[in-house]
Amino acid sequence: MSVEAETNSPSHAASHTSSHASSHGGFAERAHVALNDKPLRANFRRAMDGLMVKRAAQFPDAADLQALRSLGAAIKERALARLPNLLEQLEARCAENGIKVHWAETTEEANRIVLGIFQDHGVKTVVKGKSMVSEEMHLNAFLGKHGIEAIESDLGEYIIQLAGEMPSHIVMPCIHKNKGQIGALFAKHIEGQGYTEDVDELTAAARKVLRDRFAQADAGISGVNFAVAETGTLVLVENEGNGRLSTTLPPLHVAVMGIEKLVETLDDIPPLLALLPRSATGQPITTYVNMITSPRRDGEKDGPREVHLVLLDNGRTRVYADLELRETLRCIRCGACMNHCPVYARVGGHTYDAVYPGPIGKILTPQIAGLDVAGDLPHASSLCNACVEVCPVKIPIADILVRLRREAVRPSPSKAGSGAVKGGGGGWTLSEASAWMGWKWLHANPTLYRLGTRVLALAGNLIPASLPPLKAWTTVRAKPKFAAKTLHQLARERGYDDV
Amino acid sequence: MSDARARILSRLRAAPPSPVPDLPEWRAPRFEASARLEKFRAMFESMKAEVHEVEAADWPLRLRTLLANRGVRAVVHGDGSATGGQLATAWAADPEAPRLVPYDRAIEAWKGELVHGIDAGVTFAIGGIAETGTLILWPTVEEPRLMSLLPPIHVALVAEETIHDSFAEVIAEQGWSKRMPTNIVLVSGPSKTADIEQTLAFGVHGPKELIVLVLRRAEAP
Ligand code: SF4
Repeated sequence: MSVEAETNSPSHAASHTSSHASSHGGFAERAHVALNDKPLRANFRRAMDGLMVKRAAQFPDAADLQALRSLGAAIKERALARLPNLLEQLEARCAENGIKVHWAETTEEANRIVLGIFQDHGVKTVVKGKSMVSEEMHLNAFLGKHGIEAIESDLGEYIIQLAGEMPSHIVMPCIHKNKGQIGALFAKHIEGQGYTEDVDELTAAARKVLRDRFAQADAGISGVNFAVAETGTLVLVENEGNGRLSTTLPPLHVAVMGIEKLVETLDDIPPLLALLPRSATGQPITTYVNMITSPRRDGEKDGPREVHLVLLDNGRTRVYADLELRETLRCIRCGACMNHCPVYARVGGHTYDAVYPGPIGKILTPQIAGLDVAGDLPHASSLCNACVEVCPVKIPIADILVRLRREAVRPSPSKAGSGAVKGGGGGWTLSEASAWMGWKWLHANPTLYRLGTRVLALAGNLIPASLPPLKAWTTVRAKPKFAAKTLHQLARERGYDDV
Repeated sequence: MSDARARILSRLRAAPPSPVPDLPEWRAPRFEASARLEKFRAMFESMKAEVHEVEAADWPLRLRTLLANRGVRAVVHGDGSATGGQLATAWAADPEAPRLVPYDRAIEAWKGELVHGIDAGVTFAIGGIAETGTLILWPTVEEPRLMSLLPPIHVALVAEETIHDSFAEVIAEQGWSKRMPTNIVLVSGPSKTADIEQTLAFGVHGPKELIVLVLRRAEAP
């Protein structure tokens, strides 16, 4: 398969990287496999429980939290409302500061831009800070095909790179693994490293290997958490220091970001910083907050001599075109929605077979990859609203899930004439449409309705649970019992007027 | 102008406009002068950093004691910075003192040594933030970025009167938006990770230890 096709298809990307969940079939089949994987479920349960408690402890005052969330949402809403102007402002500021800005419509184009920069500089090895956009691009695989080795330096990303897997969480990529599994992985891949489950020893082993990699790397790649249009500053949050190293030690730094990561002013940063780490990992602030405004200036003794910023669209402008769906783009990638999701906590990240798992993935992936590819994701939800309650920028995830379910069946028109969501409309089936037609007809016709409910009251309990269309429901739930009298009959008996 | 740029911008501009909401009022937390330093200290200590208060003139000797049992042989300091001079003067008479190494060359000229051969780096922080227990590093030509990052121990000096309540206050009061330097980094503890079973481990890439020296102005006699 060509690289071009691969970069746009999350399903293909996962098919050679996902370890525990079969990537054949849909979400339901993969969920079934995951639900029977006891260690996997234990790993997620432990992690999610801990993260929920830690987040709650960071927001002791409910009113303060609500005020901060309203501000966070408004900051991102303003930035989105002014997005094209802000992008131009960011580009102008970056140019003044000496950062070169590139634009890419597709992940393929973004990969080619990054490759071009590296080839111009004769780059052979690259160290990477954590970046979900680079996962979206499948950048490592692309660079690898062109003879450039990209080494993940975030500990979690390094671990899953060794294992040849995808992140199972956007903040804690190797959350699906326990220390025994990681110990075995290190013993197998790191020279001279024996098996250990000691977390300090494992961490030290990774430090040693990666230190050398940092020193040798010809370039560093990073993501961006927030880009400030006012000053042209790239803000990156992290705990390990690998982000600082990737963006300081090598002579060349390439940052990749989605076009929605903009904010208007530097003053927008403190409230967002008050929301992101607390929502994500229950920390008051991350260990490091990097604010990068230019490459090394004359006389400075370190820092990259060149900094490039690649702005990626990859379907975001299409999401932007619809006012309701646009709210998806407020996301600051904190992961709180997955930490609180009862579905995610049970099936784990790989079951979604996508770069972005959990609730945000369920609304983002179908919009980027298309409902025809990822149409089952919006259904992987009980609409319990837990994600909506914790989202620091108040994205109405549940409403968007319902909207996407509708788009899959009956696409709403768009300016471009191709429907509001890529791949919409393919979910229409004759059987479902007929069932609803029948339902509508029955409910619009009193005589028929009365007849129908009477028949069910008399004979409904005789219908066998194993009847094919019922069976899918009754294998996991009890078949409902029909009352001997309809609601109308009961009401009439009590003297309520029928009309 | 690239085609991608033009197409992205034109698609965004063709989209229906959404209102530009006003930002709701929000005030970052404030602390009484008496509680500020305590908050700063408590936040750092909860993140496994050490905080020591010391008279401004005494810090080099205090640091000497603090480093004594940590096997420190080489300490990097800013070239031409006041810090370096103070260390050199105070440690001159002590033959056991760690070797002082100024950051006096571009990184390319001594990468190997700084990556592997230096045990501690001493830098000055332009300020602190009490709310989150944070140091503001604003690297300069004298004190470059890597000296607070590569050595396993980072020693940061911060003047007590530069400790602010919140990050929002610092940005606004100091007019940052008009004068952003190459790089600023907020530091709130030693390098850490919880990627393996949510168990905290320190020094995964950056310093394993962070020692904060809060410099007090000498009391008037
Ligand atoms: S949707 Fe909200 S809760 Fe989920 S990752 Fe994005 S910002 Fe966080």
